[in-house]
Amino acid sequence: MKSPRFSRKILTIVLLAGVSATASAQMMINGAGATFPYPIYSKWFDEYAKVDPSVRFNYQSIGSGGGQKQILAQTVDFGASDGPMSDDNLAKAPGKLLHIPTVAGADVVAYNLPGNPALKFDADTIAGIFLGQIKKWHDPKIAALSPGVTLPDQEIVVVHRSDGSGTTYIWTDYLSKISPEWKTKVGTNTSVNWPTGIGGKGNEGVAGQIKQTPGAVGYVELIYAVQNKMPYADVKNAAGEFVKPTLESVTAALATADIPDDFRFSMTNAPGKEAYPIAGATWLLVYEQQKDATKGKKLVEFLKWSAKDGEKMAEDLQYAPLPESLQQRVLKRIDEIKM
Amino acid sequence: MGIATPPAVATVEPHSARRAMAPPSRFGDKAFEWLTLAMALAVVVLVVLIGWQLWLGSSLAIKKFGFHFLTTSTWDPVAEQFGALPFIYGTLVSSLIALLIAVPLSIATAAYLTELAPLWIRQPLVSLIEMLAAIPSVILGLWGIFVMIPWLRDYPFPFLKRLFGWTPFFSGPIYGTSMLAGGIIIAIMILPIITSVSREILRSVPNLQREAAYALGATRWEATRIAVLSYAKKGLFGAVILGLGRALGETMAVTMVIGNTPQIAASLFKPGYTLASVLANEFTEATTDIYLQALFEIGLVLFGTTILANLVAQLLLQTMGTTSTTRAVQ
Repeated sequence: MKSPRFSRKILTIVLLAGVSATASAQMMINGAGATFPYPIYSKWFDEYAKVDPSVRFNYQSIGSGGGQKQILAQTVDFGASDGPMSDDNLAKAPGKLLHIPTVAGADVVAYNLPGNPALKFDADTIAGIFLGQIKKWHDPKIAALSPGVTLPDQEIVVVHRSDGSGTTYIWTDYLSKISPEWKTKVGTNTSVNWPTGIGGKGNEGVAGQIKQTPGAVGYVELIYAVQNKMPYADVKNAAGEFVKPTLESVTAALATADIPDDFRFSMTNAPGKEAYPIAGATWLLVYEQQKDATKGKKLVEFLKWSAKDGEKMAEDLQYAPLPESLQQRVLKRIDEIKM
Repeated sequence: MGIATPPAVATVEPHSARRAMAPPSRFGDKAFEWLTLAMALAVVVLVVLIGWQLWLGSSLAIKKFGFHFLTTSTWDPVAEQFGALPFIYGTLVSSLIALLIAVPLSIATAAYLTELAPLWIRQPLVSLIEMLAAIPSVILGLWGIFVMIPWLRDYPFPFLKRLFGWTPFFSGPIYGTSMLAGGIIIAIMILPIITSVSREILRSVPNLQREAAYALGATRWEATRIAVLSYAKKGLFGAVILGLGRALGETMAVTMVIGNTPQIAASLFKPGYTLASVLANEFTEATTDIYLQALFEIGLVLFGTTILANLVAQLLLQTMGTTSTTRAVQ
């Protein structure tokens, strides 16, 4: 007799606790989208919980395509994407959608050669290799850029991402800019019809493939090359300088890239002298007119915090922060969000 | 239906007792029948709904590409040209390779476990094989990239090339990641299911069969072959079909080792692509409508391929059933 009454008491307590928990529940702001910035976004949400304990963020890293779809369908409060939205997709939005750039990253040219010499590439060699026109490592075009390095008479095995990704978007965006042939034959997208090479799934798949295949060359995010201690090349930029991919050279690219007013920019092949040419930003997508005033206010507060304080955490997580000038423009844009 | 016998007992009992007992039990039977029917129908409805949803999701792509979707090989998200042929080819070929490797291995293992292995070794071996099924797909894939592929590339593949390099199937450069590697990883993944189902089937072969064979002077091999394997042929085929079902839909590990290149090449050393892999790879980042629709259609094709493969298997099973009975008569 005792035990059922006892368990009923527990049940009551649990129910009451549940009710009181929902009563004092924090506001939940939902977001979905890109996977590339997921580590820094979750760090931001964690840190922001200390700044404003009354809001909680729920971010689903389902990919940029999903992020764009969900913000268009208004099932989330903000979306996230590694590429700017196309005009077609923007036209489907029920209201004006703002692009808020947050951080940037770089694609590096990683390779696997005996002795792992330090190599340099330029636009022509990268395009030639990925179009399948430069087939051997001892090709004079490659050798001319890296004097003093003896390159083997070995076949080049091209490795690319097989899954749709922002990394591929940056890579193909760069190739389309520097090679007219690439632009007409292949084009820019999160996944493309590759003229040559084998596909690896995810950064880890490509990195693994390169490490395991002698003579391989491919592109991975900077962090992956650093973490996996893979050799990666300096790349000649639009100003004619060979630049090592670092967070600084990515921020330098952001500072010199031509950024239009709607922030739907591409920062590949930026003109600056110190700019690393194969880099891209990632964006948050929010409506200019917020439907829920209280929620919109909280979201704006968070966006401002991320643009000011959040940016300082970027480098620890191997993301390039926005340069000061762009940060100011972003803050101004955030102020335009209406409740 | 199986409860049709009780009335025979009931007639012995007093009339009144029967009347008192019968109604509740009949209600229970009916309820049970309806309940199980509902469950069985739910499965059918679910399959139909999945098919319907895939059809709806891909209607635009079906309208735009029509039958060409199944017969063309270009997969170009930028130009929005989509053809599924290399994926269909890759799915079928990798599954076929997997079956060619896994079926003899699994059935031999099952035969050893039921017919030959000393008792003390059976249980540990069975647990080990079942443990293989518990390894997550991603882990197998990573193992594939870091361990299996380098090994395949350095030893078995060059050996195959030396032996069979003159055929188109084993020619060309060896990268490691290839259709063959994809088939091998699927083989590893379907081995446990085919083995454990085959083992259950062989265990259910009546001992009388074996005794009869031995009585006729059969050796152990002959008894296993004629009395056990041949007797269980139909069931073993069923086990293979279960394996095929898994092979067709296997995604993660295959994606990591098959090379993900939509091409139709005779050489098994060349990279390939499967239907399930392209879905896993491209679904998350597909932004345009027609691209998403084409991916939905890939799902529909995979759905259709699986159903078709099962249907063909059922038909084969039926013809095989008749041949095995005729042989039994002989």
